[in-house]
Amino acid sequence: MPQVTMTVNGRQVMREVEGRTLLVQFLREGLGLTGTHVGCDTSQCGACVVHVDGKAVKSCTMLAAEADGAEVTTIEGVTPADGGMNPVQKAFQDHHGLQCGFCTPGMVMTATALLAENPRPSPQEIRDALEGNICRCTGYHNIVKAILAASGQDVSALAAE
Amino acid sequence: MPKDHGIGAPMKRREDVRFLTGKGRYTDDINLPGQAYAVFVRSQVAHGRIRKIDTAEAEAMPGVLKVFTSADFADKGGVPCGWLVTGRDGQPMREPKHPILAEGKVRYVGDAIAAVVAETPEQARDAAEAVIVDIEELPAVIDMKAALAEGAPLVHDDLGSNLCYDWGFVEENRAAVDEAFAKADHVTTLELVNNRLVPNAMEPRCAVGDYNVATGDHTLYTTSQNPHVIRLLMGAFVLSIPEHKLRVVAPDVGGGFGSKIFHYVEEAFVTQAAKVLGRPVKWTATRSEAFMTDAHGRDHVTRIELALSKDGEFQAIRTETHANMGAYLSTFAPSIPTWLHGTLMAGNYRTPLIYVNVKAVFTNTVPVDAYRGAGRPEATYQLERVIDKAARELGIDPIEIRRKNFIKPDQFPYQTPVAVVYDTGNYDATMDKLIEIADIAGFEKRREESAKRGLLRGLGVNCYIEACGIAPSNLVGQLGARAGLYESATVRVNATGGLVVMTGSHSHGQGHETSFAQVVADMIGIPEDMVEIVHGDTANTPMGMGTYGSRSLAVGGSAIVRATQKIIAKAKKIAAHLLEASEADIELKDGKFSVAGTDRSVAWGDVCLAAYVPHNYPLEEIEPGLEETAFYDPSNFTYPAGAYACEVEVDPETGKVTVCSFAAADDFGNVVNPMIVEGQVHGGLAQGIGQALLEGAVYDENGQLLTGSFMDYAMPRADDLPFFKVDHSCATPCTHNPLGVKGCGEAGAIGSPPAVVNAVIDALQRGGYTHVTHIDMPLTPARVWAAMQR
Repeated sequence: MPQVTMTVNGRQVMREVEGRTLLVQFLREGLGLTGTHVGCDTSQCGACVVHVDGKAVKSCTMLAAEADGAEVTTIEGVTPADGGMNPVQKAFQDHHGLQCGFCTPGMVMTATALLAENPRPSPQEIRDALEGNICRCTGYHNIVKAILAASGQDVSALAAE
Repeated sequence: MPKDHGIGAPMKRREDVRFLTGKGRYTDDINLPGQAYAVFVRSQVAHGRIRKIDTAEAEAMPGVLKVFTSADFADKGGVPCGWLVTGRDGQPMREPKHPILAEGKVRYVGDAIAAVVAETPEQARDAAEAVIVDIEELPAVIDMKAALAEGAPLVHDDLGSNLCYDWGFVEENRAAVDEAFAKADHVTTLELVNNRLVPNAMEPRCAVGDYNVATGDHTLYTTSQNPHVIRLLMGAFVLSIPEHKLRVVAPDVGGGFGSKIFHYVEEAFVTQAAKVLGRPVKWTATRSEAFMTDAHGRDHVTRIELALSKDGEFQAIRTETHANMGAYLSTFAPSIPTWLHGTLMAGNYRTPLIYVNVKAVFTNTVPVDAYRGAGRPEATYQLERVIDKAARELGIDPIEIRRKNFIKPDQFPYQTPVAVVYDTGNYDATMDKLIEIADIAGFEKRREESAKRGLLRGLGVNCYIEACGIAPSNLVGQLGARAGLYESATVRVNATGGLVVMTGSHSHGQGHETSFAQVVADMIGIPEDMVEIVHGDTANTPMGMGTYGSRSLAVGGSAIVRATQKIIAKAKKIAAHLLEASEADIELKDGKFSVAGTDRSVAWGDVCLAAYVPHNYPLEEIEPGLEETAFYDPSNFTYPAGAYACEVEVDPETGKVTVCSFAAADDFGNVVNPMIVEGQVHGGLAQGIGQALLEGAVYDENGQLLTGSFMDYAMPRADDLPFFKVDHSCATPCTHNPLGVKGCGEAGAIGSPPAVVNAVIDALQRGGYTHVTHIDMPLTPARVWAAMQR
């Protein structure tokens, strides 16, 4: 079996993997990083989004072997070590941008990558950026609102009442 | 200023921290020592006779522990159905056996034929492909009306017919309804399809079975909305495991929307396989498997007629519906097109005579059961569509025709002609609020602006009512339910004053851990962080019926209130002793027990400590400890209602529909956490708009599921939806539960499809396409464009 080496959340890991092992399986089953989820088998839902060398990637579309040598960050890796939450995570809580929580890690990782590229996205730019992330619970209203708020924009006009 | 804690406060959700940081614990995150993996061999044809299953090659493959077929379950029961519907002829519905693995025949694409358990998921998958199944393919029945035709292939040969039941409601009213139609000034008729949907909770189903050979204890971890129900159904009917030897755990569950209510064969399989193999066995659905095997929703074909006076007064409603059951009866399937549909056909109106006929039909498709709204969206859609059509035919404004027929505030409680009694409501108030928040006065100006851009703008308005807070057990028992529908709570106060509330409800996105804590904290006057909510494990929660039908706060919350009241009553006795006062003089406020009219008091924590360290304690009168359980069985359903408005733009070149705005004015009664309530409405609206414009499960004539993945089944995405305007200020509190709450989980999905379709028809009519009076959902560009062409 091929051996892969990568840096995951700042820690170097080395494992033997079957050639067909997807990056998401490697993270979940190999490393026990269960914050990254599997919501489909056609690379549509985005529950498995992680960052590979700083870019948002669906970890089900990539073999673990392809990530050899890469720098991988998961939801666990963007979470402050003290048990708190970063500003994007906080904004999702403040604006009720999640319900069942299953799509949430992927949403946060996509949102984080968007804000790194575009620090003040418009609502439409946010909706476009979320094209590859499906949420069945929230109707996206509060996710878009949370991302706007995380970028420092005033969302008071979007109050539901 | 909104309240910052207690009932009515938009408190941030405590469960969010674990979900946002990757620390949720969903079923697929659970891995037990020595765990093996199951993969199912599923039917690739919709209907066929199994000639032979050859497992030899698969069994010889690396890592394979065993290949199971139906022979391994010969002494086990089938998955039971929880609701018996009786037909017009007085006969019980036809009820087929639903085996764990197919016996003799396969009946839909995805039907489980065999299952491989192996050391790794990959080995199980490889071996499953090596199982050779020889099937004689039989003609499939997919279309419901074709399934009822003379000589149609039978899904279940032993039942002798594909008709599950032919139900009439209210049968005694039939002649009077027919007479009203014969005399009516005007009759509006509409034939429509309530499209088949795939619930698609984002977490695919998963089940892990475990067995302790030393103790004989079984444990099932599963993606369920109601672990106690699964324990009862699987233990008593399928595997013959007494409940005290079976624990069912539903940990964090990634959405349900109904699809995780039901007891599925995979749950029974992993539970039994774990015992046979002496190893934990895990099965995780792929999304493709979920499309094929999760119970689908809706799938009704209806003809509705509305009889009116010439000035628009509703006189009678008559409907005929064909409801798809799929190949087997899922847990609640028979109740959805009947008692959760026919009883809502009065809507928000005074229509005096109603007759509903429903023919439930077996087809070679995956079973159909409750999906967010469950019967009530089907009722609302047909009623609110036919009203819109009638208004147009009679030249009456669609809002005015509704107002004219509303049940008025002074008419509550209101006995409808379809059995249910609405306790409270104010439909004019929600309509007034809707007109305000949707800025209906500004529509004409917006329509002109759209027209300048070459787009047809339309406005759709409708009302809805639903029956939630399911349900009074003695009533549903008479209607065929094979279970009670109460809810339970145990409140355990710890010695140092913190509380653990163990509820039979289950949270899979609804935020119970936050809102239930608000209720208890408010009642006692302590901070929410002193209250922990425990749910989802039959080992540490009282027998409860779980979460669906917008019942959790109305029924489960009421049980929590009752249990907390018992706690407070006992704590007051203890406080009276400590304060050397009469119990009748003790008041509880802000976490402190005081003697009325004095400055003498004792803190909540001191009373709790006294209960568990009973040194100075009236042991001859009161037991030590502070723990109480309550079961709450509601005396009526609750009736959330509201008015919705949708504005769309239709591109006449392409038929593409864009939702420009959506406004919802709801009456949910009292609200515990408005932030959570609004979020529930948003999600429901997205699912309803998805049904109206995007979603639809399609089988071809051979029973192949054409929409079997997110590539083919259009889920609503962020750029398909607008920001929503929602309001719940027009509250008429429920009169019969202690919180005055009605439930909010399904409203959005129930009320929104007719608003969208009404808006599209309005846009086309205003745009000169006056021949278009109806288009079946989903209103894809192709369908809209085709309808516009004469």
